[in-house]
Amino acid sequence: MNFEEHAAKPLLRAAGIATPEGKLVSTAAEAGEIAGGLGPCVIKAQVPTGKRGKAGGIKLADDAATAKRYANDILGMEIAGHRVESLLVEQQVPISREFYAAVLTNAASKGPIILFSTEGGMDIEEVAATSPDSLLQLEVDINKGVEPAVIKSMLAPANLGVVETEVTQVLSRLYDVFSRNDAELVEVNPLVETQDGRIIALDCKFSMDDSGLPRQHETAATGTPEKLSELEERGVELGLKYIELDGNVGILANGAGLTMTTMDVVSYYGGKPANFLEIGGESYTKAKPALELVLSNPSVKSLVVNFCGAFARCDVMTEGIIDAWLELEPDIPIFFSIHGTGDVEAIAMLKQRMNMDPFKDMDSASKAAVEAAQ
Amino acid sequence: MIIRRQDRVLVQGITGKQGTFWTERMQEYGTNVVAGVNPKKAGTTHCGVPVMATAVDTMSEVGFDYSILFIPPLLVKGAALDAIEAGPKGVCILTEHVPVQDIMYVMSAAKERGVQILGPNTAGCVTPGEAFLGFMPAFNANIFQKGHIGIISRSGSLGTLFSLNVVSAGFGQSAFIGIGGDPIIGTTTRDALIALDQMAETKAVVMVGEIGGTMEETAAEYAASMSKPIVAYIAGGAAPEGKKMGHAGAIVVGDKGTYKSKRSSLEAAGVTVLDTPAGAVSVLRERLGAAA
Repeated sequence: MNFEEHAAKPLLRAAGIATPEGKLVSTAAEAGEIAGGLGPCVIKAQVPTGKRGKAGGIKLADDAATAKRYANDILGMEIAGHRVESLLVEQQVPISREFYAAVLTNAASKGPIILFSTEGGMDIEEVAATSPDSLLQLEVDINKGVEPAVIKSMLAPANLGVVETEVTQVLSRLYDVFSRNDAELVEVNPLVETQDGRIIALDCKFSMDDSGLPRQHETAATGTPEKLSELEERGVELGLKYIELDGNVGILANGAGLTMTTMDVVSYYGGKPANFLEIGGESYTKAKPALELVLSNPSVKSLVVNFCGAFARCDVMTEGIIDAWLELEPDIPIFFSIHGTGDVEAIAMLKQRMNMDPFKDMDSASKAAVEAAQ
Repeated sequence: MIIRRQDRVLVQGITGKQGTFWTERMQEYGTNVVAGVNPKKAGTTHCGVPVMATAVDTMSEVGFDYSILFIPPLLVKGAALDAIEAGPKGVCILTEHVPVQDIMYVMSAAKERGVQILGPNTAGCVTPGEAFLGFMPAFNANIFQKGHIGIISRSGSLGTLFSLNVVSAGFGQSAFIGIGGDPIIGTTTRDALIALDQMAETKAVVMVGEIGGTMEETAAEYAASMSKPIVAYIAGGAAPEGKKMGHAGAIVVGDKGTYKSKRSSLEAAGVTVLDTPAGAVSVLRERLGAAA
């Protein structure tokens, strides 16, 4: 789960990392009022995505009237599909140098990694591409944690001078933010050295591991849940992994890998999937609500059902589908491919109750569904 | 991780519903289950084996080679660290939704003790005709037969589909290694590929990958050095960017973890990459006919 800047910065402050003085507002009038108290300030759109500056969502204002005008422009703006509904109004900071700092999950070392660069303020992907030498990295053994002395030697090539000790402390605290909050990523870009020698986090990007949410209630409540469509919301309520897509071939399969593959095969034969919906694992008994969900999308013109039973039993899943199908009587064609645990019983049931045979494999079932949708 | 008939297996969480059901299936198949763990029921017997308080106790009193965990997500870290401390050959973690930082602790401890980890978020592993760990339908003769093809899969359901294809083409498996769908896993595609390369019974490999991460790219470097033929399929080519496709690890971020990158790395290493699963049968016959 991603966090907007105003929700991420309190996590930094709780760990002792300084951020500019500021306040979250939702109207232009409030923005003007706060700016009046702060003096020269920055107006920042609060949306859970990067590249806000390039989209025109961040503006510098020297007085309250300008702040109010910019706030008015930015509120309601769309940035990467997110409507701006609130702004962070922060005091401007006299910048001397800009750095990049982050702690994130590193799949290669199977542990956390600390990143630092003196090329702050730009995209880290850009830094990695254009000046890889400036990107300093430190892999951490999570069982041992990280000593300030180790961070200090990581920072040595950056020649930070008098602020080295303070930057070391900030990175050490950033690591605490990462480990205390089940973070996947905590990134400060830029981390600045002010003209009077202070180290301040001007921005913060934070994302929490979804599997950590159940034990991070308080913090998780301040994050921004993924934007879901009405049908996706219903999927969450039913405990089903449903993703709405823009095609017309409905897809229902068991297991994430098999469901993705069914989408791929539909695309391979020239069709467009209307959804991703898997009923694997513990949810294999939910075939009936799953089918109802797929059919609630009015774009669906045909349906492919692809089961390959392992843990999930084909007979249980097929029974749920048949029950729902006979009850809903949808006016679209349905194409089955059924293999694996419980397949013999499932195929007999399909013959008896719907007078249908499954296709010999998922390719032929998917191809038939694509043709029927055209 | 390749499980053998003689390997002694500990089941942590043996008394739960899934633990009980799958322990019975494993025993019927031939897996040598020697004990279970449930601290609250220590001293009792379940599925015909003693229930112990901890894995460490089991090691000193009974001994075991592999542990398998039927444990809920937030309790996995403690159970896995107990198993690692006992010092077996390996630990298999089936559970989905284990916090990634918990897995980092598990991986760090496992590395220090030299213990292999399979998973998390895997359906387990099968050595047909010998033993299996997890919840794979090893006992279904349409899906698993003793043979010479090693299968590696991030997904249980898709691994099952390819197993079915392998068997219906008249081949069998030397081993099936389900490595799991999480972003950080103990046994990577490359690790599994090395295990199968070193396994005498394996004459060819089917690698079932998916979008997200760079495991397939890393495995491709090793694949280039192998003489055993490899056929691969990568799921998720049609998935939209930035969405987790059911598995926490199956997500494309920018140009990282893409289908294209994986496919071109594997093809450059001499691996045959299938367009759809149905192609598996003919390619297997063509590339593996003589070998398997």
